[in-house]
Amino acid sequence: MILVWLILIPFIGGLLSWQAERYSRGLPRWIALLTMVSVLGTSIWLWATGDYSITGTGFAAAAGQTPSWTIEFQAQWIPSIGASFHLGLDGLSLLLVVLTNLIGVLAIACSWKEIERNVGFFHLNLLWNLGGVVGIFLALDMFLFFFFWEMMLVPMFFLIALWGHNIPGGKGRVYAAIKFFIYTQASGFLMLVSILAMVFLHQQATGKLSFDYHDLLNTPMGAQVEWWLMLGFFGAFAVKMPVVPFHTWLPDAHGQAPTAGSVDLAGILLKTAAYGLLRFGIPFFPHASAAFAPVAMWLGVVGIIYGAVVAFSQTDIKRFVAYTSISHMGFIVIGIYAGTEQALQGVVVQMIAHGLSAGALFILCGEIYERLHTRDISKMGGLWSRFPNLPPILLFFSAASLGLPGLGNFVGEFLILVGSFDAAPVVTIIAASGLILAAVYSLYLVQRALHGAPQPLPEGVQLNKQGLLKDLSKRELVMMLSLMALLMGLGLYPQIVMDTAKAPVQAVQTIYKAATTPSVVAVTGANP
Amino acid sequence: MISYLPLVFVFPLIGFLILAFGRGRLSENLAAIVGVGSVGLSAATTAYVGYDFLTHLPASGAYVVPLWTWMSVGSFNVEFALKLDGLSLTMLSVITGVGFLIHLFASWYMRGDDGYGRFLSYMNLFVASMLFLVLGDDLLFLYFGWEGVGLCSYLLIGFWYKDAANGAAARKAFVITRVGDTFMAIALFILYREFGTLNIDELQRLAPQAWAVGAPLATATAMLLLGGAVGKSAQLPLQTWLPDAMAGPTPVSALIHAATMVTAGVYLIARTHVLFELSPVAMQWVGGIGAVTLLLAGFTALMQTDIKKILAYSTMSQIGYMFLAEGAGAYQPAVFHLMTHAFFKALLFLSSGSVILAMHHEQDIFKMGGLYKKIPFVFACMLIGTLALTAFPFTSGYFSKDEILDQAYLTGHYELWAAGLFGAFLTAVYSFRLIFITFFGPERWRQAQAHGHGHGHDDHGHSAGEPHGAHTLDHHIPLAILLVLAVVGGYIHLPLSAVLPEAHIAGGDHGPAYIAHLPFVASMAGLVVSWLLFHQFPQVPAALARGAATAWIGTLWKNAWGFDWLYDALFKAPFVWAARINRNDFIDGLIGLIPAGLRGAASLATATQTGGLRWYAAVAGAGLCLLIAVVALH
Repeated sequence: MILVWLILIPFIGGLLSWQAERYSRGLPRWIALLTMVSVLGTSIWLWATGDYSITGTGFAAAAGQTPSWTIEFQAQWIPSIGASFHLGLDGLSLLLVVLTNLIGVLAIACSWKEIERNVGFFHLNLLWNLGGVVGIFLALDMFLFFFFWEMMLVPMFFLIALWGHNIPGGKGRVYAAIKFFIYTQASGFLMLVSILAMVFLHQQATGKLSFDYHDLLNTPMGAQVEWWLMLGFFGAFAVKMPVVPFHTWLPDAHGQAPTAGSVDLAGILLKTAAYGLLRFGIPFFPHASAAFAPVAMWLGVVGIIYGAVVAFSQTDIKRFVAYTSISHMGFIVIGIYAGTEQALQGVVVQMIAHGLSAGALFILCGEIYERLHTRDISKMGGLWSRFPNLPPILLFFSAASLGLPGLGNFVGEFLILVGSFDAAPVVTIIAASGLILAAVYSLYLVQRALHGAPQPLPEGVQLNKQGLLKDLSKRELVMMLSLMALLMGLGLYPQIVMDTAKAPVQAVQTIYKAATTPSVVAVTGANP
Repeated sequence: MISYLPLVFVFPLIGFLILAFGRGRLSENLAAIVGVGSVGLSAATTAYVGYDFLTHLPASGAYVVPLWTWMSVGSFNVEFALKLDGLSLTMLSVITGVGFLIHLFASWYMRGDDGYGRFLSYMNLFVASMLFLVLGDDLLFLYFGWEGVGLCSYLLIGFWYKDAANGAAARKAFVITRVGDTFMAIALFILYREFGTLNIDELQRLAPQAWAVGAPLATATAMLLLGGAVGKSAQLPLQTWLPDAMAGPTPVSALIHAATMVTAGVYLIARTHVLFELSPVAMQWVGGIGAVTLLLAGFTALMQTDIKKILAYSTMSQIGYMFLAEGAGAYQPAVFHLMTHAFFKALLFLSSGSVILAMHHEQDIFKMGGLYKKIPFVFACMLIGTLALTAFPFTSGYFSKDEILDQAYLTGHYELWAAGLFGAFLTAVYSFRLIFITFFGPERWRQAQAHGHGHGHDDHGHSAGEPHGAHTLDHHIPLAILLVLAVVGGYIHLPLSAVLPEAHIAGGDHGPAYIAHLPFVASMAGLVVSWLLFHQFPQVPAALARGAATAWIGTLWKNAWGFDWLYDALFKAPFVWAARINRNDFIDGLIGLIPAGLRGAASLATATQTGGLRWYAAVAGAGLCLLIAVVALH
């Protein structure tokens, strides 16, 4: 039942803060914050007390045993079509739920001063989106999964369309919101077709109509069919990830979204795609995925390089961070399809590290915009002499983004590369050049935004008595320092995350290995 | 006592944290106490631990202090473990000892700078990272420090951030070394795949069992590691960042770009020498790169006018000697030269910093002259440093360079020996050129003064233009100690024999006796040539600069053989071009064709709905004809 509450509390909190606006402007913020802090606390408590050495994915089901989850919940929902309200939690979903709730708290905190209009409805959308994402990470019924997958889009659409920015020269927030919606809807439709086809195939074989994850694993299907269904899933996830060339909604969405929307998008929405591949894409279609791996990995490489090159020439700081995200996500694609334990653990660490660092960068973008009223990097310049604290913090997260050892992103990228090298040396070597490009674009940003002589201030911006701009407030400093501490913790002692993710990661790896070498009997839990 | 080892890096880290969080709140004196004191404590710890190590030598030659497991995924295990052996102890002593002296000097040099605390915090962080690099027991831990020093180098080169040129130099340094680092990372991928570990001792044990000498994979790995080494150590072909790095404050040049970080490549090769020995080809490359770099950098140094750039090319050239030695299998002399070079080059850089401040932030030696009367102590330091650099008998550089050339000859690497010998001549020419032009000859700064060319940065209250010396102990003490070390450093015996092998010298062949004296002869010849060209007959270089062919060569040398130009044309320009033309992401445009197409189709379809009955009847008729035709033809 605790899993249901994890999803339900944000929904209820959202309704409450919507209604609370009648009484005061500040109240919705406090309700939303309390809601997310309480679910964050709950999920951390689950982490501290649960046993995550077991997983439901993979070999248990493959070996015909009943899959077990750390926590599982099942209730009747729509029995006529075989859909049930089935939730399950293992190490992988737990980590992502914690990340979601953490990013949720940050998204609320960073909107504290930014959102002035319709505060209640804003928080309703934000919390419903967060609740939907938690649902995605917990759902074990494909109908339920698809329900959450589509459900989280609508609040996100409103966040962009109603509270977004209309950047001069940009195409407008409504355009961006619609583009986001069409991309994800169209690709979601592909997944729906695949899900339905699987359900019918399963019914043909067993006579049982079911959307349940456990039932659908090991659905018998021919190689040709498996290939097409896999593509349906991959299409949905590739758009969400995003994989080049399906990425162009992301820069527009980020460019126009409010800070909280960007933090949410970069921090967690993109991770639902990686999660979907790990939980569903590969376990449902192991053989087709293995056959498709070279193509996917090359797409990852293209994403790394293409994202980095385009990022370099951006002048809008949010579009810049958006393209760097595309580049970083390329590593995740490579890691997932390399399928070794190191690469998959790297994917998990990279998802969390990128969630934290990109989230932080978007919060910083918002803070800079709040003070300078511009997001044009070429109008920044010399910010180092304008603030005491903001510039070193931006430098820190740029260093994280370029993969400095000691911070989480390095662990993720290095594990992905070292784990992929055996499977695909050429891909890995080219992907490694992304390390150079990351240094190029990150330091170029630092140069343009922070270094050089101070630029004349944009109109309407005033310096304070010390000749500085208003520096980070206590609220903003606490957010930044905690993100810095978390990234360093992840960089110096990633084991705490990797131990939690170990069982699901090994399960995915086992499935993958069994698919690539059919004659080898999967050895339960053993290392390669 | 070995358990105190972690304190060596803990002190600078604490110093960094205090300075980083106390920015703007600490007074200069307090910041100096924290920043210099932390490295001082680190040096004291090194002395204590080092004494203990040397008096209780471990049977295996090394102590290992495990800290914690960094990553453990399946068979991939990386520990944070510190390893103390003769080699890391040597590096530790250089980093903390010379580092402490440079910090002390920096606390004087940077007085009055806005970013005083920030400067010392970066310096402390650098020391800590450099210690990780040399203490790391595992290649990935080494890589951790390796990237960390790169970041600190970036931060310190771009320390005076208001000038965009400094930022550009800093980025260049970071990106070019990152290219090398990426090669190194690929080497780590190969090593892990082949041996399932990145622990250095394990690798050196396993590699010779699995790989035959000259195996292609062994060569690939060694070449990739060499790629990392040449990036960090500014050797050909990744050398172009070092001269630009001189944009940083002079203590940075002394600490990072002379004494410690740039020698990391030499350290890496020595540390993984077993892997290199499995590939004779790679060893040839190591020696060859060293030899070519030392010559090219020597010629370039001849034509520089900026006092720091002369020293930068000299550093590049001296590191070339270390690579040359390693290529000949003479690791111990290489590390020996690394240490003596740290002494005398730190001395030279710090003295040049003192000269620059005395000249009111002037770096062009052709605006100096006759300074030996004005700043005699600095002149003495500079002279001693130069003598050590040119391997004058019984200075520190004499012992180390002599040993390198000796062993290069004795191991039969005659071409390396010849390059080194000619390099010794070049070294003397460009080093004494610096001495003659800066400290002797006409007092050119008087003309500059007359032209009203006084610099505005005079913080010390003297009349502009008149050189002024420093009189405080925090200036004198570091220089004095380094001066002593530059002279007697050659008598230090390094505990390297347990770590690094002796060079393979063919049985008892010592060659003709005169061979041992040739380096001295070459240096003296260089001194004389330098004295003739730059002191006695300055009209000769001036005349050469007017000749067409000689002027062309001079320009080539002055621009460091045009590598910057070449790399800009080959790499930077195409990248920037590709990024610029695709600023708006052409894929977005392509996908934009879909809605545009849909809109077009929609308007076409709309156009058919004219509302005219005749048009509808015509279309219906045409459709019927088409249907009949299809059926009939079938």
